[in-house]
This record gives sequence, C-alpha cells and structure tokens, in this order.
Amino acid sequence: MTDPAAVVDVASLRLVFDGPPPLAVLDGVDLSVADGEFVSLVGPSGCGKSTLLRILAGLLAPTSGTARVHGEPVGVGRAAFMPQRDLLLPWRRALDNAALGADINGVPGAVARARAGELFGRFGLAGFERAWPSELSGGMRQRLALLRTFLLGRDVLLLDEPFGALDAITRRDMYAWLQQVWLADRRTVVFVTHDVEEAIYLSDRVLLLSPRPGRVVADIVVDTSRPRAPDVVTEPRFVAMKGTILAALEDSR
Amino acid sequence: MTVLTPRRAASSRAGARARAWLPPVLLLAALLGVWQGAVAIRNVPPYVLPSPARIAGAFVTARSLLPRDLATTTVEAVLGLVVGAGVGALLAGLVAAVPPVRRALYPLLVVSQTIPMIVLAPLLVLWFGYGITPKVVVVALIVFFPVVVSTVAALAGVDPELIDLVRSMGADRMTVLRMVLVPAAIPAFFAGLRISAAYAVAGAVVGEWVGAQSGLGIFIDRSKASFRIDRVFVAVVMVAVLSMALFAAVGAIGRMAAPWQHAAERGRS
Repeated sequence: MTDPAAVVDVASLRLVFDGPPPLAVLDGVDLSVADGEFVSLVGPSGCGKSTLLRILAGLLAPTSGTARVHGEPVGVGRAAFMPQRDLLLPWRRALDNAALGADINGVPGAVARARAGELFGRFGLAGFERAWPSELSGGMRQRLALLRTFLLGRDVLLLDEPFGALDAITRRDMYAWLQQVWLADRRTVVFVTHDVEEAIYLSDRVLLLSPRPGRVVADIVVDTSRPRAPDVVTEPRFVAMKGTILAALEDSR
Repeated sequence: MTVLTPRRAASSRAGARARAWLPPVLLLAALLGVWQGAVAIRNVPPYVLPSPARIAGAFVTARSLLPRDLATTTVEAVLGLVVGAGVGALLAGLVAAVPPVRRALYPLLVVSQTIPMIVLAPLLVLWFGYGITPKVVVVALIVFFPVVVSTVAALAGVDPELIDLVRSMGADRMTVLRMVLVPAAIPAFFAGLRISAAYAVAGAVVGEWVGAQSGLGIFIDRSKASFRIDRVFVAVVMVAVLSMALFAAVGAIGRMAAPWQHAAERGRS
C-alpha cells in the first residue's frame, strides 16, 4: 500500500522488542497520510500507537518494514515530535524553551527568539515569555510544548497524546484551540490519542489500531466541514461516528 | 493557601527568618551562660578551660595576630574547594558517561574517603613540601567526594524521554550534554559542594597541623603550646565562622547558577 503522494507512508511495519520472551508490539502496520491531513491513531492502551510515533520520529528502528516521511526513510529531525508529557526544560524560560529546536539546529539566538515571541499570543502565552516552566499551569505548559513543536518548522507534526495529562475542561478548550492553530497553516499531523471524541473532533481520518501487536484495523473518514464548532460533538452524525468507533474498539479486543 | 500581598509576604518572610534564627541563638546564649557560671563556681584555671568572657577578651588581644593566619586558611580552603569541585565534576561526568569507569572507579572513590586525613596529611607534606599544595590537596580530597556522589545521582536521574526529545530535534551527543545533562546536574553539583564547603576549612586546618608557616591550624598549635587555651577557642570560632561563610557563599552561587530552582520552590510553597 505505497502511495507516492503520501507525506507519511508506513508499509508492513513490524516491531519486536528483544526478549526473553520477545514482545511483538507492532505487526504489519500499513498507513499513509496525505499532505495537510490530520490523522488520529486510536487504540486500546498498549497497542503500540506511541511506539509507532516514536518510529516515525526516528527514535526507534523498526524490526522490519518501511516508514517514510516525504519518500525518505524516517530519521531524527525529519518530523516534529511532541511526546506525551510536556518535557519542558526546567532551566529554560518559556521563550527559550520555545526556541529549543532552533538553538539545537544552530539558528542565531535572537532570530529564534523573535520568531518564537511572535507566536506567544496565538498560543495563549502572551506575557509569559520570561516565566519558568514551573510557574506555568498544566494547559500553558502543554501549549508551550506545542509551540516548541510548531517552531521546529517541519511540515509533519507527530503529537503523542498532547492533552492526556489535562483535566476534561481544559482539554476541550485545548482541542478547539488546536484546530484553530492547525487551520492557520494546515500541516500534516499524526495524532495519537485514546480519547475517541477528541480524535473525531480534530481529524480528517481516524485510524483504529488493534490490541498488541498493533495494526490498523479500521480507517474512518470524518468529513464534517471545518472549522468545527465545539458543539459538533453533540450532533447525531458525530455521536453515531463515535458509536461506530467505540464498537470497533470493543470488537477488536 | 492564603493570598498574601507582596508587603505582607515580605514581612512574614522576615518574621519566618527571625523565627528560624531565634532558637539557635537562644540556645547558644544559654550554653555560654552555663559555661561561664560553671567555670566561675568550680574555679577552673584558664589554661584548662577559659570562660567565654575570657575568650571574648582574647579576641581583642589576638586581633592583630589573626588576619594573616585567617587569610592563609581562607586561601587554602577556597583553592581546595575550587580544585575539588572541578575534579568532582570531571569524575562525575566520566562515571556517568562510561559505565565501565563507574564500576571500576566508584569503589575506589569510596575507599578514598575511609582513609583518615590525619594519616594522609603527613604523607602529602612528604610528597608536596611545606607550601600551600598539601593543604589544597587535603581540602580537595575532602571536597570532591560529596560533589561526585551528588552529581552522578543527578546525571543518572535525567529523564531519558527528555534526552529522546532533544535528540528527535536533531541534537548530537555534545548538544545533549550541553543543553540537558549539564544544566540538569547543576543543582545537585552545588548541593554536594555546599556540604563540602562546610568541611573545607577543617580540612585546611588539619593540613596545616602537619607543617606550615601560617594558618589557623598553626595559630591553634602555637596557642596550645603556650597554654593560651582562650586563643585556641578564638581560632575554633574563626574556623566555624569561616566554614559558615563558605557554606553560605556556595549556596548563594548555587542559587545564581540555577535560578529556576528558586522559582520552582516558590511555586510549591
């Protein structure tokens, strides 16, 4: 299932962690993500969705199969990866954390900070440029981590449950906000979550992974127009789709 | 959590500081009072145990003698601290970076701390002469150990996901070291060094005892030889004051080097 137009292309991907006993985490994953597409990976915990993302980030080599970004084998620095926890560096102020990627890649400090500073407003962080991470709320830390990911300037974003640690209300605010930020420049996103509602709300397509060893068992297109209003989650179509996915999740167990 | 206005917060902080200082000061005053009383009642001769008042008097008469010895000991202690901190940081980096080195070196480092300095000091004089070197070495030998232990623990405790994240952004090993490992180890390095600072002056005094031209250790030796026990106590007080000053100075430098720690502590309280 190799699609030449795909930005992210994964074919027959297998990952087995060395034993004893060897543990097959991913077994025959095929998926492709088109340019500017927002795709969510949903699956039961332990199904290997985070592992898949780490392979795409170039942090983990697959046992067999291929994973390509823009037609080239994955490697570190090719896509922008955001792990589950915000992982801000405690010794960097907010602005310096945002500019981390630029600093690593040798962009002059002042240029990197000017570029980061421009986005603070859009990310709801205006006025907190000089704050230490420990002085920010959970939602702000997560937005800062996202800002840092956006600023890497890669056109593929790999987001691993970015809102997993937040409370339900903050979380809902965050995904409405993420949609808005994403719509501004429509980058390609691979989004891992176990929250079905969040996945449908944000995605163009939801891919369902089976329990370990994980592979894609369903591919659900969400064709609701954008921008989606927060109350879209209560519309019958949305509710029906959620029911379908939850049922499929249940079936795959 | 009560909300404090800045002014009230500041005054309550000053109050808290006073509350922290008051008990030890009162206890010390009480102990000195008992000491003074006991010496007077039992008529203890000053060459056995001088009274606190007599020691205070000795401070005044020794005023012109002390500065040179104090300066010598301060220089030895500070140099020893700097050398010990540097060696400690290097060893910590080595131990953390190369696991075989850790296994080989760690037991030896522990053994090095079991040798009493009073045994080692004469040998150091034999090897390095009567100058400042053996004293600096004694201090450095005392200082490096808490620094290594504390720094190695911090390096081992760095979140591997943090390193992965920085790597995913394209960082090589040197960049990971510079941007993650070094800053992550700074608070622990200074925590170790602060413990060391408390022992550094005592180390310098031991080094001087074995042979030196000047220093608080020499001052103590000379005073004892001429039965000026009051002056011995004067030197003891100076050792304590100097140790506390170094302890406070290292703490202050540590806070400057890791300003985010301060913010985190404020956030928690």
